[in-house]
Amino acid sequence: MTLRNPPIAEALPPVFEERTPRTGLAALILGNLSTSIGLFVLFLLLLIAIFAPWLGTVDPLAIDPTLRTRPPSADHFFGTDKLGRDLWSRVLFGTRVSLIVGFAVAVAATLLGVLLGMVSGYVRVLDGLLMRAMDAVMSIPSILLAIALVALTRPSVLNVIIAITVAEIPRVARLVRSVVLSLRDLPYVEAGVVSGSSSAKILRRHILPNAIAPIIVQATYICASAMIIEATLSFIGAGTPASIPSWGNIMAEGKALWQVKPMIVLIPAAFLSVTVLAVNMVGDGLRDALDSRLVKDV
Amino acid sequence: MTPLLSVRGLSKEYEVGRSLFGKTTKTVKAVQDVSFDIAKGETLSLVGESGCGKSTVGRAIAGLHAATVGEVLLDGRSIADTPSAGWHSRVQVVFQDPFSSLNPRMRVRDIIAEPLTNFGSTRAKTEARVKELIDLVRLPRDAGDRFPHEFSGGQRQRIGIARALAPKPELVICDEAVSALDVSVKAQIVNLLADLRAELGLALLFISHDLAIVDHITDRVAVMYLGRIVEIGTRDDLFGAPVHPYTRALLSAVPVVDPGQRRDRIVLQGELPSPLSPPSGCAFRTRCPLAEPGCAGNVPALTDVGPGRQVACPVVTRTTADVN
Amino acid sequence: MSLLDVRNLQTHFRTRGGVNRAVEGVSFHVDAGETLAIVGESGCGKSVTSMSIMRLLPENAARSAGEILLNGRNLLDLSEAQMRDVRGNEIGMIFQEPMTSLNPVLTVGAQVKETVALHQSIPSADVHDRALRMLELVGIPDAARRMTEYPHQLSGGMRQRIMIALALVCQPKLLIADEPTTALDVTIQAQILELLRDIQREQGTSIILITHDLGVVAEATDRTVVMYAGRKIEEAPTATLLAAPRHPYTQGLLAAVPRLGGDGSGRLAEIPGQVPDMRKPMTGCAFANRCAQATDFCRAHAPALERKAPGHIAACHLAEPEILA
Repeated sequence: MTLRNPPIAEALPPVFEERTPRTGLAALILGNLSTSIGLFVLFLLLLIAIFAPWLGTVDPLAIDPTLRTRPPSADHFFGTDKLGRDLWSRVLFGTRVSLIVGFAVAVAATLLGVLLGMVSGYVRVLDGLLMRAMDAVMSIPSILLAIALVALTRPSVLNVIIAITVAEIPRVARLVRSVVLSLRDLPYVEAGVVSGSSSAKILRRHILPNAIAPIIVQATYICASAMIIEATLSFIGAGTPASIPSWGNIMAEGKALWQVKPMIVLIPAAFLSVTVLAVNMVGDGLRDALDSRLVKDV
Repeated sequence: MTPLLSVRGLSKEYEVGRSLFGKTTKTVKAVQDVSFDIAKGETLSLVGESGCGKSTVGRAIAGLHAATVGEVLLDGRSIADTPSAGWHSRVQVVFQDPFSSLNPRMRVRDIIAEPLTNFGSTRAKTEARVKELIDLVRLPRDAGDRFPHEFSGGQRQRIGIARALAPKPELVICDEAVSALDVSVKAQIVNLLADLRAELGLALLFISHDLAIVDHITDRVAVMYLGRIVEIGTRDDLFGAPVHPYTRALLSAVPVVDPGQRRDRIVLQGELPSPLSPPSGCAFRTRCPLAEPGCAGNVPALTDVGPGRQVACPVVTRTTADVN
Repeated sequence: MSLLDVRNLQTHFRTRGGVNRAVEGVSFHVDAGETLAIVGESGCGKSVTSMSIMRLLPENAARSAGEILLNGRNLLDLSEAQMRDVRGNEIGMIFQEPMTSLNPVLTVGAQVKETVALHQSIPSADVHDRALRMLELVGIPDAARRMTEYPHQLSGGMRQRIMIALALVCQPKLLIADEPTTALDVTIQAQILELLRDIQREQGTSIILITHDLGVVAEATDRTVVMYAGRKIEEAPTATLLAAPRHPYTQGLLAAVPRLGGDGSGRLAEIPGQVPDMRKPMTGCAFANRCAQATDFCRAHAPALERKAPGHIAACHLAEPEILA
């Protein structure tokens, strides 16, 4: 060191009060209250669906002509419908149909939509053909398409799932195609080409992992939409058969008594609304979390 | 002796603007009739301003798009007749943007290994080679386990260089490879490229708009303007005594840091013409201080003005001829 | 009194990885009619400094402390409404990428006229003439026709001229140019720098030119502030700074600039290492980890700015001050 005493800079005070930032999963969940509420509600509904037989329910199909349209009581928490079936049991078992349909359609439509979208976005010769086909499907409102498809077969949960899936595929395919188009010209995709990777490998390693965030978000919206379409189909008698209680057909059967016993319609309707709301809240939360992670810190 | 790389009469046209019924309404001639050779271990730089077509030439050689007309040959064999594995194990690319050229979801090890696994390296060999490459480009030893976003721009460019060198290529195309980097880091990467070139006997096609960097690394230079080469020659000849008026203007526009070394500046008037509607004849005539009425006629051809030196400007070649 | 006097400016960002001390105690002044360069590499805080002066940073994530005195008035104390008045009327700003700063669906003429009408109280009949004159002032050929065109129809250089015209409409006393030529080709860069010089000469505007390019600094500025890791590390008249830099970082930066007249060997002087992470607490000199001459004293104690020669200050323990007569 030199002989002189060089001036030393003083440390400056912080402008912000220091705060340990949350990281990882905790930040993801705590950072977004509505997501955690949505997740909690969905978890509750899942428990209800799994443990429906043990939650004070009786056979949801058991008819008791002596107990028709009873108000709520200790024996029948939600009362009974016009055939004397226990509404509590029917609504709880109905949770199963909604969750199964929502989840199955989300998975099936996403998988098929991703496949079609990636092919369409990357193999340009097939793009025109595939996208016109998607446009044709999209030009029919999905509810009408589903009605038509179910009408061709006999009502069953599987057929409902297939019908709604077909109607929802174009939404995923279009989204995936546009994401693929925006990614395919990125230098790291070109680097993959120069590295000798085949188209399939480029799609698998470079494009799909970077497109996954919007796809997951879209899947949650499709899940919500599928639940609504299922309920609608069942409500108009073109969906889940009467032998399986679903929120839609419970409402359908209650509609004749709407003026005197609105509870029979309102309770499954409330369940449906809360479920769809919860799914959408999770979707919005995921979108925010996945988006902001792509935004670079200043 | 056949050169390592030959580019013969390369042209690339793009279709822009389609009418409602899918008919192409306009074509942009991004590159027109470009020819040059690169010998083994030699560095050729393509320089010019944005839109001059230098990157389009690089992409055609890299096999990222096909030429509209013309040939790209490696040891006399055309890229059109060579499968991707055969071409890309010998010709590699270092990209401009160190951020978007690395897949953010892959570990550095997998990024570097990608060409190796594609070109049939065994797992054990790949692992050893990746370690070797990480050392070669002077990345920290633990870099392989990390993701690109954990690195700074300069470090990321080292990853890109390691990936390009993985299959032991003979020609590396550096497409503005240091343009996005800060001065102090730029120097690190230029030095690394120069060292690797000497160590591995690489030929480089160095595409850059930065003449000062080019001056530090190149053997030969080709200057492009609006899709054509207007002057080509060795570094000493071309930078020492530029002939084409565009080359002169380009060189004089390079800012000078050192006080007291200001050159007389030729500030070009006007803008780069749109490649959609280039001027007739010599494309540079609209900004050229030497333009004559005759320049609007034919497109000037490259003519020899010395050993390995060609210029596409009849005005200057005529006056030099007069002097001789 | 200086036109602009920045005193001990701190600007911090709240980020996921902790508080980023992007600007940490920077002071400088700009006199009337001079061009000040703020030079440094990416992440050094030069652009954040200019955004702090304009108060253009997101309020929830960024906060500034210190003083930014424009004609003696502290900009950090102004309300947002008062600040809107300052932007444009007293300080004009041009950015690196002129395309994103222009509205793509409005003609160039409409945008210039809108700015003229907004900031100058002249009869609406004269607005068109004034706008036309502004475009002619910034050297746009065939300005009347250009006014009917959209930004995408113009080249990068033309768009940057439009941005300069917009920034100059109200004849601001200060023009902040943040990397105005970085996105442009060299031949166009030369034109734009010449334009800035002309405007300064004719209108007496002060200019802060923010750039990473020492070539631009040399060509176009009077005085230079060098920033590193959010701090001002050296300041001197540009010619002095380039001829005899005192801080090792400035010296390294100058040596690393590629110059024409190389030998083709590819060797350039490099500064080893990386810029420090500004979210981590820093002890000692911010440059110590890359400095070849750093001592233990440097690593332990951050150097303060010190006058090394008349008009020349630097923050380095090892740079001995000249004995001043």
